[in-house]
Amino acid sequence: MSVPRFWRRLKNLYNLIGTHCKKCGGFYYPPRNMCPRCRRNGVIVPFKYKGTGEVVTFTIVHSAAKDYAMLTPYILAIIKLDEGPRLTSQVICSHEDIHIGMKVKSAFRKLGEESDRGMIYYGTKFIPLEN
Amino acid sequence: MRDVAIIGVGCTEFGELWDKSFREIFVEAGVSAIEDANVQGGKIDALYVGNMSGGRFIEQEHLGALIADYSGLASLHIPSTRVEAACASGGLALRQGIIAVASGYHDIVIAGGAEKMTDVGVETTTDALAAAADREWEGIMGATFPGLYAMIARLHMHKYGTKQEQLAAVAVKNHHNGTMNPKAQFQNEISIETVLNSVMVADPLRVFDCSPITDGASAVVLAPAEIAHKFTDTPIYVKASAQASGTISLHDRPDITTLDATVAAANRAYKMAKTTPKDIDFAEVHDCFTIAEICAIEDLGFVKKGEGGEAAESGLTAIGGKIPINPSGGLKACGHPVGATGVKQAVEITLQLRGEAGKRQIDGAETGLTHNVGGSGGTAVVHIFGRER
Repeated sequence: MSVPRFWRRLKNLYNLIGTHCKKCGGFYYPPRNMCPRCRRNGVIVPFKYKGTGEVVTFTIVHSAAKDYAMLTPYILAIIKLDEGPRLTSQVICSHEDIHIGMKVKSAFRKLGEESDRGMIYYGTKFIPLEN
Repeated sequence: MRDVAIIGVGCTEFGELWDKSFREIFVEAGVSAIEDANVQGGKIDALYVGNMSGGRFIEQEHLGALIADYSGLASLHIPSTRVEAACASGGLALRQGIIAVASGYHDIVIAGGAEKMTDVGVETTTDALAAAADREWEGIMGATFPGLYAMIARLHMHKYGTKQEQLAAVAVKNHHNGTMNPKAQFQNEISIETVLNSVMVADPLRVFDCSPITDGASAVVLAPAEIAHKFTDTPIYVKASAQASGTISLHDRPDITTLDATVAAANRAYKMAKTTPKDIDFAEVHDCFTIAEICAIEDLGFVKKGEGGEAAESGLTAIGGKIPINPSGGLKACGHPVGATGVKQAVEITLQLRGEAGKRQIDGAETGLTHNVGGSGGTAVVHIFGRER
C-alpha cells in the first residue's frame, strides 16, 4: 500500500481510533465519515476504543500474499470490541489456545513489510486478555 | 420493459491456457456465441465485458475497446463497456446486457466475461483477488480470500455443527460433475480423503476446498423475447435479473455466516419471476470455496439456515437429487476465471434448459437459477431462466 494511503490512517491503526455517531449512538471501527444508519443526518465524531473485545471467528492463514508471507502461519480473526463494532486483525497467541469467544486486548505490533527496503507497516493486533 | 431471451451461448475451455491471450479467449467465446445465435456482427448493438482485474493480471485496462477492436466491432463503432464487481463482474455484465435489451435501448447485445489469471505468479494473483475485500481494513491486516471464507466456515461449524467432511462432500460432488463437462478445468474424481489430506490454505479450508486459478471466457447473445424465435428454436427466457449490495468487509456483516446480499438479490429475483425456491429445478451457485456453496443454498432458500452442510453429503444437491447444484462442476471443478464465471453460469443453465448438456443433463429441467458473488458478499447477482416465456 502506498505511503500516503497508510500515513493517512496512522492514528486509526496505531491507537484504535474510530468514529461515533452522536445522533444514533452507533460506534464504528473502521472509521466512517458517514453514519450508515443516519446518513446525512448523523453527527460523526472521533472515538478512541478501549481495545478489549472477544474473538467472533478466526482462521490460521497458511498461504498469504507476498507482504505477509514471512508471518505464516498466522491467526487472522474477527474481533468484536466491547463497545460493539467488529474488526479484522491478527491474534498473537498459541494456535492451540485460539478459540471463538476468547477475550483479547489490543497491542501495537508490526503488520508486515514490503521488501528489504520497502515500508514496514505497524498497527494494532490482539493478544489474550489473560496473559 | 421487454422480456429478454438468450439466443446464443459460447464458452472457451477453462484452465491454464498458457498459449492463449486475454483477447484471444474473449473473441473465441464471443464468436462461438454469435455462431450459436446465428447473428451477423453488423446486427450487434452493444457489448458488455465482465472483467475483474485486467490491470493486475495482464496490466491492461480499457478492455471494452480492446475487445470491440479484436472482435472486429470497432470498425462498426459498436459501444463496448467493461463491467467490474470483483468475482461478480460476469453476472453484472450479463445484467447490464439484460437491462439494455429490456429497456428497449438496444436489441441484440453480447454479454461476456473473461479473465486471464495465469500470466502472473500466484502471489500476485492472491493479492489481486484480495482487492475484492476491503484493502485498508481487511487486506492490510493480512486477510486473504481463503482466510475470509475460512472465518465464515469456522463460525458455521461452531454455530451449526457443520463438519469438515461435509465441506469436502461439496468438492467431491462438484469434481464428479466436472468429469462430465468437457470444458471443465478438472475432469477427475476425488474422494473425501483427497480433500481432507490436502494442504491447508486457511484453517479449516484446504486446497481442495478452494476454486482454482483459471483462464477462460464465456459469452451469451441477448435479444428481445418477441424476436428470439427468428434466431433459434430454443430461446431461453430471462425470468428475473436481480442484484444486491452488502458490506464490503466481512466483519461488518450482520450475520457472518449469511451473505445478506444473496438473500436480498434472491428475494428480488423470486418476486420478479413470481416464483419460489421450491420451483427452481437446479442452480449454478458461487462455490468459490466449499463453504460458499453451503451458505449459498441456505441463503437462496433451498435449505434452512444451518442445514446446508448435509446437502452434498446426503445427495440432495447431486445431479438426480432434489435440487442439483453446480452441474457444470461449479467454480470448484469447472474453474473460476473471475470475470467469466457469472456468464458461464448462464451458459450452463442455457445448455441444460435446451437439453444440450450431454452426460450431465438434468432430466426435465424447466427453470434454472444462477448466483454470482463479488468478494465475501459485497455484491450478489441472481438470475432466473426458464424454457417458457
